[in-house]
Amino acid sequence: MLEWITANQQIIYIVILMIFVGIEVIGHVPSVLHTPLMSGANAIHGVVIIGSIIVMGKAQPDNYLALILGFLAVIVGTLNVVGGFVVTDRMLKMFRKKSK
Amino acid sequence: MDILTLCYIIASVTFILGLKMLSHPATARNGNLLAAAGMTIAILGTIFLYQDGQGNKLHNYLWIFGGIAIGSVVGTMAAKKVKMTAMPQMVSLFNGMGGLCAALISIVEFDELVNHPGGEIQAGFLAIILLGLVIGTVSFAGSMVAWGKLDGRVKDFSFPGQHIVNILILLVMVALSIYLVINFSAANAYIFYVILALAVIYGLVFVFPIGGADMPVVISLLNSFTGVAAACGGFLYDNKVMLTGGILVGAAGTLLTLLMCKAMNRSLLNVLIGSFGGSAKGGAAGAKVQGSVKEISLSDAAFVMSYAHKVIIVPGYGLAVAQAQHACHELEKLLESKGVEVKYAIHPVAGRMPGHMNVLLAESDVAYEKLLEMEQANEEFPTTDVVLILGANDVVNPAAKTDPASPIYGMPILDVELAKTVIVNKRSMKPGYAGIENDLFFRPKTSMLFGDAKKVLQDLAAEVKNL
Repeated sequence: MLEWITANQQIIYIVILMIFVGIEVIGHVPSVLHTPLMSGANAIHGVVIIGSIIVMGKAQPDNYLALILGFLAVIVGTLNVVGGFVVTDRMLKMFRKKSK
Repeated sequence: MDILTLCYIIASVTFILGLKMLSHPATARNGNLLAAAGMTIAILGTIFLYQDGQGNKLHNYLWIFGGIAIGSVVGTMAAKKVKMTAMPQMVSLFNGMGGLCAALISIVEFDELVNHPGGEIQAGFLAIILLGLVIGTVSFAGSMVAWGKLDGRVKDFSFPGQHIVNILILLVMVALSIYLVINFSAANAYIFYVILALAVIYGLVFVFPIGGADMPVVISLLNSFTGVAAACGGFLYDNKVMLTGGILVGAAGTLLTLLMCKAMNRSLLNVLIGSFGGSAKGGAAGAKVQGSVKEISLSDAAFVMSYAHKVIIVPGYGLAVAQAQHACHELEKLLESKGVEVKYAIHPVAGRMPGHMNVLLAESDVAYEKLLEMEQANEEFPTTDVVLILGANDVVNPAAKTDPASPIYGMPILDVELAKTVIVNKRSMKPGYAGIENDLFFRPKTSMLFGDAKKVLQDLAAEVKNL
């Protein structure tokens, strides 16, 4: 266990710090922005697409499972990223017009 | 590799700044665009610059770009076409896609471990694969149910002892995972797929019984789940941007979930156990309400509103389903032209998601300053002549204050009864989303105006015009 922590200390530091950053940056969000914020955060976790690109990109030509599932993963990952950002932008576009 | 590292650092910073800017009205839109730009840099950087431990570059470019092209076209179309009222289920659907992506990554990586063993398998590595699988799958299955429910395709479903079954499934999943991590071999690889199946079932039964007002909380929670699942991917590939983005969303999503629970004055545990969904409780609470309701005609309603000094409109989900936000704005303008002060009182959990009503009303050009948050609205009700409730129910239910047996007891509500007159527009006397009766409708100050919100508002506007 201790060895594992030592070997992965960089990652563990990132995890701990990001938990605090995540809580801190949205701490004072007004309730009117809850839905766009949830939607924006939803788009950001679409970063998982990078994992699917790596899976797809390393898949050997004879490894059909990796090819098919990887391809599917790239599609749904892109859906998450693109759909998420576009929906958020659509919501926020309406807000900005009003706040002037 | 160096340039890729730089790409990832830039992307991580844009995620943090983007989230920060998203939480202020003035900067929100740019924040979203900034995060999107960072994401683009990270994706392109990965495709062209990524090298594995042996220095091999990625291949299968055709597949990668094909997948991205399909996902982009479908995602953009879906996001552009969706109606503003269907926004919550859209977010849920996209969230589910992210969860599915994380789960698929875990499945492929596990298959690699079994069929192409390279060197010693680390227990930590396997544990992370399993964690990504379970969280991603639960998030996917749960989001699909949440989407189906909000879209009206799936009904609430529960059976006696369901919570115990849920907990049992969870325990079995954890036990199997621990067993597999300790005793991993190609022979018992099937356990992985048993865990996968259990995770699907758990995701379904986890969300199925949770009904009503809790759906936004569930979506927000599943959103943070997917964040954690993405971070598991970051762990697997030692990829800092996945780790940063995932944990960031995991933490922010959890806080957002808690903020929503707080708005309803309930604990997260209470939501998760799903005590709200049971219809038995709602029936019991409903039996107590007695008395008769008073109806008001369109012309009378138009009359009292036209001659009022101040009218406050309380929008709810009924307004959203009827697509009545434009009709509502029309009525507002007509009343203002007659010298009536019109404002909107927005309960933090009105509609299906916090902020849902703000988004809808903003769409139909309602001025930002006219939207009152709950505290402001409650201060203004005593000086208000008419409160017009449009398809809202639970957020104005006095049982939240007076009836300790009510499932929504303790939730802060809009004190509409402080106003002189209350007009409630509803389609029928059916209880609201939380499945409980509302005493307010039987009070002497209240009159009911039945009908579809959009039609009623258009008719009201016509009546006001003729006065």
